[in-house]
Amino acid sequence: MTIIPTPTKPWTASTKDRSIDGAIFLVALLSSYLLVSLTPLKGKLAYFVCFFLAYAILTTGFKGVQRGNAAAKDALVNSLVAIGAIVTVIPVASILTTVFQKGLPGISFNLFSHDMALATPTDPLTNGGLLHAITGTLTLMVLALVMSVPIGILTALYLTEIKGRFTGPIRFLVQAMSGVPSIVAGLFILSAILYPITKAYSGFMGALSLTILMIPTIARTSEEVLNLIPNELREAGTALGGTQWRTVAMIVLPAARSGLVTAVILGVARIAGETAPILLLTGGGDKVNPNAFNGPMGSLPYYIWKSFNAGSPEAITRAWAGLLVLVGLVLFLFTTARFLGARKVSK
Amino acid sequence: MSTTELVIPAPREIVTQPRRSDKVFRGVVTGGGLSSLAILGLIAIFLGYRGFEVLRQEGIGFITHSDWSISTDDAGNVLDSHFGLAAMLVGTILCSLIAVVIAVPISVFSALFLNFYAPGWLKKILITIIDMMAAFPSILFGIWGFLVLMPSVEYWAKLLHRYLGFIPIFDMQVPVYTRSPFVAGVVLSIMIIPIITSVSREIFSQAPLDRIQAAYALGATRWAMIKAVVIPHGRSGVIGGAMLGLGRAMGETVAVFTVLNIVFQVNWQMLLGAGGNVASLIILKFGDASPYEIKALMAAGLILFLLTLVVNAIANLIVKTTGKSGR
Repeated sequence: MTIIPTPTKPWTASTKDRSIDGAIFLVALLSSYLLVSLTPLKGKLAYFVCFFLAYAILTTGFKGVQRGNAAAKDALVNSLVAIGAIVTVIPVASILTTVFQKGLPGISFNLFSHDMALATPTDPLTNGGLLHAITGTLTLMVLALVMSVPIGILTALYLTEIKGRFTGPIRFLVQAMSGVPSIVAGLFILSAILYPITKAYSGFMGALSLTILMIPTIARTSEEVLNLIPNELREAGTALGGTQWRTVAMIVLPAARSGLVTAVILGVARIAGETAPILLLTGGGDKVNPNAFNGPMGSLPYYIWKSFNAGSPEAITRAWAGLLVLVGLVLFLFTTARFLGARKVSK
Repeated sequence: MSTTELVIPAPREIVTQPRRSDKVFRGVVTGGGLSSLAILGLIAIFLGYRGFEVLRQEGIGFITHSDWSISTDDAGNVLDSHFGLAAMLVGTILCSLIAVVIAVPISVFSALFLNFYAPGWLKKILITIIDMMAAFPSILFGIWGFLVLMPSVEYWAKLLHRYLGFIPIFDMQVPVYTRSPFVAGVVLSIMIIPIITSVSREIFSQAPLDRIQAAYALGATRWAMIKAVVIPHGRSGVIGGAMLGLGRAMGETVAVFTVLNIVFQVNWQMLLGAGGNVASLIILKFGDASPYEIKALMAAGLILFLLTLVVNAIANLIVKTTGKSGR
């Protein structure tokens, strides 16, 4: 008769350990409730802090008694680290729920079929809409895209394919460029193009400043993507007699296609809600303006800004509805980029 | 075997000279690559050119004085003008320091949680959430901060003032808590948490695996391992991440403008509802600025540009050297 030994896992938590953990959790919950109700502390934050303190003290003390000093410190850090992650997530949850709660009442059909040419932000919500803002934002995005994609991808190609003398400095400058405050990009276009040359607000000026903000995002993400392309592909291209130009254009870039699309979408998501340069440059018209080169152009951030500053309850609802549309747009772009990026890895 | 003649291909000359198509290609790509240099250079040149007149007139007073006034006669000629950024610079630094002080511990803890504590599925979800947070537009943080966050932060500020008021920076004479640098700092900290978290996470994940396993094999607890291996490895990377966050916080415009009450007076009391911010100043004054005042705003933009450029350059150098040395 053979005896098959059952594998044991001495490191996993036993039922006793688990029940003790559960008990500590419950006691901490109870004590936070008692502390809040018996002392003048109040509010969600008080519950949160009391619960955390009670839990940290209890686990630290218990582990200290059970296993000594090192285990106590470990338990304390366990709770600190968990709190760090929770505190990071709370604002996102709060922002998303607020935007949905306050934005949904302002969403209606005429929001997407009218502009604000005949309405002011303080009018009832049945007047006007944000059609001009949506078309404006889309126009700005397309224009910025057309200008920044070639430059961004060329920069990435320089960093990965040519690797010339300037690789180090250019990588450094691209990173420095991604830290340029958006308002400075706006002021630059204002001082270099708007005042000396065109002398009028237009969507194109806004798109130029967005281009500056978008290039570094596209360049950096594309560089990462192009670095992932195996060198064998490039060598195969050269071995078949291809020049560098043909290798890059017919092998490297097609192989990196979905990654490059991700890079571009991330760039668009970065600028979709950019407000400061838009305030300086586009003039923020209230009418649908299909011509980006002539006349003020509305956009979602400008619409939100204007409504928010008008201050009446209707205007604030308008601002929240605009924010909901904007957040929806950003989340859509972000999810698309994620989806494409994930597919690239699984291939 | 047939008697076909052996065809010897004509010998080819092998050249190391790139063809013309390649020369063009390399030229175009290099030109595209140099555009970042061109853009950064042009920003400095144009802002400097436009702001030069004001900078020359005000001299060093532009960053040491803190009054901002201009008077013109009916024809629009400038009679008298004083432009000083001191209060705005102090406010910018104060707000972004508050933001960094709040954000760094939270980010480091959550980066540790992501790398060494979270199970795989939770890690994936949390990373998506944090990346999503980085993509939120700043106007969203501003309006949310003003309408939702500010009441709570004012309450925290009251608590700080009551119990820690003996520390000079928490002290104030007039109890005005609304729209203080503290509120702006909290909003900014939420905006930079994703940046610092992802930089720290990257650096922590490069901690040498053999040492981590060696620490565990010697019987270290998780915290002892982190203290002995991960923190020495990642310390300067976290500092770099914090400086990247600082740079972002200093250049933030709309979110700060929404929650901050701008006052032209140097104020270090962070709970008092009076602060300053260079970027917000530009938005505030731009609307009804005369041509001469616009020049002053350009000069302010130049100062802000140089400030963020220096902070970012230092941060990137730190992150890069840590990432490279890798051990």
